[in-house]
Amino acid sequence: MYGKKVRLRIIFIISVLTTIALSIYIVLKLLEDNVVYFKSPTEIKQSTENIKEKIRVGGMVKKNSISLDNEKIFFVITDFKNEINVIFSGSVPNLFQEEKGVVAEGILQDNNLFFADKILAKHDENYMPPEVKESLK
Amino acid sequence: MLSLITEKIKTILISSKFRNLIFILFLIFLSLGLFESLVISPKDYLQSDSVRIMYVHVPSAWISLGIFTIISLLSLGVLIFKNKNFVLISKSLAPSGFIFNLIALVTGSIWGKPTWGTWWAWDPRITSMLVLFLFYFLYLLSWKIFDKNKASTISSYISIIGVINVPIIKYSVDWWATLHQPSSINVLSESTIHSSMLIPLFLMTAAFALFSALIFLMKYNVELIKVKNKGLNRI
Repeated sequence: MYGKKVRLRIIFIISVLTTIALSIYIVLKLLEDNVVYFKSPTEIKQSTENIKEKIRVGGMVKKNSISLDNEKIFFVITDFKNEINVIFSGSVPNLFQEEKGVVAEGILQDNNLFFADKILAKHDENYMPPEVKESLK
Repeated sequence: MLSLITEKIKTILISSKFRNLIFILFLIFLSLGLFESLVISPKDYLQSDSVRIMYVHVPSAWISLGIFTIISLLSLGVLIFKNKNFVLISKSLAPSGFIFNLIALVTGSIWGKPTWGTWWAWDPRITSMLVLFLFYFLYLLSWKIFDKNKASTISSYISIIGVINVPIIKYSVDWWATLHQPSSINVLSESTIHSSMLIPLFLMTAAFALFSALIFLMKYNVELIKVKNKGLNRI
């Protein structure tokens, strides 16, 4: 139907795209640990190696877990399977609340205790007026 | 016969009457959109008034992704069938896509500070949007440095390679743990944005799309004039 030139061009473009897409896929797969923005408590507890460098832990702030003491904030990050205790001193974002998403950046002391030096709030994809939220309760 | 019809469509597209119509529609949708998003639409239960940044941020991101995808599809036609008209259309579309990509990044940053607590995060969604921005930049740059014939081939390759990034942007929030929230609007499932907040979102999307169309028509017109007066380029 098409000329030989056109067919050759199509084959060339398809091979270029496949090669690059495949390379990107392999690189992203190999670097998956670095591509993710944070790890869940379960992933941290399951990893056997001793993590010394700065990492991010993310999940939900456990209900009734926030406590304040001497300008230090204690709270628990949970993914509903495993939990990690977090200590942090500094200011938290406005959306930092119990039962809402959180990402903590810092150093893991042991499998259970995390010294955070930065707290980020993670919100979900639901947006609604306050009245609607009230009526859902 | 077919070429006659396309010529006819072209003359309508580049007529000032059609441009004025688009401009008036843009003004109508923009004023309705701004009124809806700033006055009528409610506060969010969690984010309060900062949710209003969404009405600029999300449409800009959509438009920049949409324009890049269109440019890539047209570029296939440029590379395979050497379609001269597709070259001019893609070239005229690129600047508005680039600007809306920039707006999406900047408004995302402004939205990130009061909600997440940071201006910037090396999160997969944000990083892949930055990569798209770099591809737009490369695309526009190739038109600046190479002569016309070379530029049409090189820019087309840049855009079809860059389009690999588009599904990565779309699915980044599903494939990896990200700070960015997952998408609220999906084709197959019900939106997780309350309907009172969807109205300003769609009005602003229409306004931005009309604005892109307007800029496109002006650029396209200039490109056609340039083709007509080939010598004029060199002055």
